[in-house]
Order: sequence, then structure tokens, then C-alpha cells
Amino acid sequence: MKASISTLGILHPPLARPGRARRFGVLPGFGLSMGFTVFYLSLIVLIPLSTLFFKSATLDWETFWTAVTAPRVLASYRLTFGAALLAALVNLVAGLAVAWTLVRYEFPGKKIVDALVDLPFALPTAVAGIALTALYASNGWMGRWLEPLGIKVAYTPLGVVVALIFIGLPFVVRTVQPVLEDAERELEEAAASLGASRLQTFLKVLLPTILPALLTGFALAFARAVGEYGSVVFIAGNMPMVSEITPLLIITKLEQYDYAGAASIALVMLLLSFVLLLFINLLQWWQARRGLGKNL
Amino acid sequence: MSNSIRPVHLDEPAWVRRLLLVVSLGFLALFLLLPLAVVFSEALKKGWELYAQALVEPDALAAIRLTLLVAAIAVPLNLALGVAAAWAITKFQFRGKQALVTLIDLPFSVSPVVAGLIYVLLFGSHGWLGPLLKAYDLKVVYAVPGVVLATLFVTFPFVARELIPLMQAQGSEEEQAALTLGASGWQMFRRVTLPNIKWGLLYGVILCNARAMGEFGAVSVVSGHVRGLTNTIPLHVEILYNEYAYQASFAVASVLALLALVTLVLKSVVEWRGGRQLKDQALPSEFPGAAPLQLKVAG
Repeated sequence: MKASISTLGILHPPLARPGRARRFGVLPGFGLSMGFTVFYLSLIVLIPLSTLFFKSATLDWETFWTAVTAPRVLASYRLTFGAALLAALVNLVAGLAVAWTLVRYEFPGKKIVDALVDLPFALPTAVAGIALTALYASNGWMGRWLEPLGIKVAYTPLGVVVALIFIGLPFVVRTVQPVLEDAERELEEAAASLGASRLQTFLKVLLPTILPALLTGFALAFARAVGEYGSVVFIAGNMPMVSEITPLLIITKLEQYDYAGAASIALVMLLLSFVLLLFINLLQWWQARRGLGKNL
Repeated sequence: MSNSIRPVHLDEPAWVRRLLLVVSLGFLALFLLLPLAVVFSEALKKGWELYAQALVEPDALAAIRLTLLVAAIAVPLNLALGVAAAWAITKFQFRGKQALVTLIDLPFSVSPVVAGLIYVLLFGSHGWLGPLLKAYDLKVVYAVPGVVLATLFVTFPFVARELIPLMQAQGSEEEQAALTLGASGWQMFRRVTLPNIKWGLLYGVILCNARAMGEFGAVSVVSGHVRGLTNTIPLHVEILYNEYAYQASFAVASVLALLALVTLVLKSVVEWRGGRQLKDQALPSEFPGAAPLQLKVAG
């Protein structure tokens, strides 16, 4: 059954077949709003983005392939995707802990902590970048303690991971939090009354409920981290082959007037983010179906 | 150990609770509070006098002016787009709606650097329109228009993302009633739609503005870093930092950090005041790729 009617009014199923329930003429403004949206979308997003395809197409296949698989470029993919994956994994675990703490426990200053979780969204990335670098440099508040232990963070790939953890931090928390809030305590009650331990209840009752949200948050944090530039360039050290991220490499190519090379690498990144977008949409569809199943 | 006889059988053992609290609050302190604190500490390291000097210096003032100008252009335009897109998508049925929603979301999943690059490819001296612009002696890239365009791109989805799920959940019965009672299209929009979506609108504007003022990557590619002319506040921070003027750099950065804190406060206020209206929102608008229409099926 499709959730086409709710108490709020008419809720259309996401991909309702056009032709059925066609509602032109009921409300005014379709032409104006649609026209403006399509015009503005084409002007600001679609036409500019299409330049990537056309610029890359000026290269023949071989040159294109060499441009996007040069050793320095491959090293940057490894760093960008590796660090993004690592950071997203840290955020997966820590984000779940934070969401759990915010939903289930009471402690003084909880409202402030809750609001602060969004800081990485609000703080300009350049500010985050220089702040993290100052923290983890050898004379910084953190670096001072870590360096004698042999842990170098600033100007190493580890610094990239730290910056990406900062950037991705809110994603898992904010996707898991509402699902955890809606989770029915009765189910846990039932599990406990049937003799399940708290850990069993968590693993077998709660975790399956929040899993789609958890994975969505993970994928969102990963997708954001892959494209991140501002917070990373300051702390990374930007050494070719070692700590140079792909977005920076695009800028380097641009500064060398290698427009086609820059466009080719950018195109690869764009296609990869399309794949991620598709994956995220699938996860959300899964989550939505779960929610629907629960309501029926 | 059996938990079932304890009245608190739905709680974790005390040590687990304490551990989770320490781990999650410690994680937040390490990754959120410390970076924030270090910005202000470094900014005020050499006293208030030098702090103030860094802010009233002509290049800093020019950067502040440009940032305000860019936000003053980008936010209203993207607000108009948000309202128009949400109206078309939530009040009418048409083919390719899901594709349109995905396209509107697209800028969130594009790296800021790529967002800047595409405008260089389009308007740069070697770009498609480069020769044409040169013939008319116009400059887009490495000038203020480029900075505005790049900002428009990265802040494109913010308001639309906020309004689409909200208006989807509200349906269009109230608007239809207004029309039946003889309201004109504009009256209906102003008296019925606008009051219904005002909190969502405000929420989107706050987030859009924060990003517009703080954008770094995209703007950095198209600005050309001309001091006093094409530098926004974040770019000014970078220049000072790269010149080893750390104190001045952090002083200017602290202005942006304050802006971020104000954003968080305003956001919380809007969430609190508009709580009922915004309750249907499943995700904050920063999330790339989250398809609001699909989410709403769950409601």
C-alpha cells in the first residue's frame, strides 16, 4: 500500500506515475515557479557542470586515461579515499555514542552540547583548518603531548584524517538521533522481559532499527570528506605522493594552466560522487521502507 | 547477572553509562571545543590592541565588505529559488520530479574545488566564454562576479532542501481553500503559504548565509586572491596565515568563529520557536543527497 493519503492532506508517493492525479490548474504559479527553477538551475549548476565533460572530451581517451591515472594522481586518490573512509569509520562509532548519549542520558548542559554538534556545519572550513593545525603543530596544545609519544599529526596523512573527522562529525549524530528518539521502548521492554541481556537487546533489537540511519550517516560523512578542501589544506602539509589530496591536485593543475587535466580529474571525482549519491539514495529508500513497514 | 528484577532493566549497567558519557563528551570536547578555543586563544595572544588592529586594517575591512556583498546577493537569489522550486515540486505533479530534486541537491555532492573549477572553465581567459568576455572587456573569473557565482553554486540547495519536505508534509488544502474563498494567487501565497513555511524559510536562510559567508574552497579557485579587491574573509584568513601573520590571521578567523556561534544560537532559537512547524523535517539541510520526497513516505 502506498502512503498516498495522510491526515495532513495529500501526500504523493515519491514517483507517482504522471498522468494519474494530474493537478495542473488547481493552484496557480506552476509555469512561473517551474520556469524560474529550471532556468536558474541550468544557469548556475547544469551549464557550468557540463563544461567538465566538454573540456575532458577535448582529450583523446589515452591522454585522458594517463591524466587520471598518473602515479601522483593515484596517490592522491588513495589518500583522499583512504582518509575519508577512516574518518567516516571513526565518526560511525563516535557518532553513535554521541547520539546515544544525547537521546538516552541526562547531563548538565545537554542543550548546549546538542547545539554545538552542528559546529562543523557552521564554522568556515578555513577556520577549522588553521585551528586544527595550531592544535596539532609541535608546539600546539595537542601536538606538545603527542609528539614526544612519536605521534605526528600536523603535516602528515594523520592530520588529513583528523580534519575529516571534524568535518564529518555531525552527519552520523544527526541521522541516528531522530531514529533513536522514535525507537519504541516497548520493544526493548519485551526483549528484556524475554530474558535478553542489555547487550543482546542492543544488538538484536536496537541495532537493526538504527542500521539504515547509521549507514546513511556514514555514507554522508564519507561523501563530504572526499570533496573537502578548506579544512585539509592547512594541516596536510601537501607533499606530492604523501599528503596531497585530490582537490588540491586539481588546483595545482589549474595553476599550471593544465585545464584539461584539471577537468579530467574533477570529472572522475564528480562521477564518484554520483555513485555515492546513488548509494545514499538507496540507503534512504531502505530506511523509508522500514519506517513504512513499522507504521502499517 | 539477571537484570530483569531491577526496575531499571531498560538501562545499561552504570559503568557502561559512565563510559559512554565520558567517551562521547570527550570526543566532542577534543574535536569541537578545543579547535574553537584555540581560535580565540591565538587571536588574543598578543592582546586586544593588536586584535583590533588586525580587524580594522584596510584589507580586512575590504574583505568584510566583499563577504557581506556576496551574501547579500547569494542569499536572496537562493531564497527565491528555494521558494519557487519547493512550490513547483510540492504543489504539482509532473514527469521527472525526482530527477529535479536530485539535480537541486547536486551542488552538495560536488567538491567545492570542482565548483570553482567549472566557472574558470566557463568564464576564464581560456574558457568557453573567455574570448567573448574579453571582447567586451568584462571580467568574471578572478573578479567579484566569479566569487558571487561560486557562492551561488555552493549555497544553491539550502533553502529548497528545507522547504521541500516541509511543504510536502503540509499539502495544499489550505491554499485550495483560500482560492475557493476568492483569494488571488498572490494573496494566497502571502496570507496562507508564507505563514506556514516561515520558520523553515528562516532556518534555510540562516544556514545558507553561514555557508555563503564562510565558503572557502570554491571561492578560492575563482577569486585570484587580489588583496582588497577579490578577497573574502576566509581568503583573507588564508593569506595572513600563509604570510606567517598568525595572530592577525586568527583574529580575523575569530570573527568567522563568532559568526558560526551566532548561527548555532539562531538555529537553536528557530528550532525551538518553530518546533511544531519544523517537526516534519527529517534531516537538516546540509545533508547532500538525502532525498526529502522519499523520506516523507515514511511519515
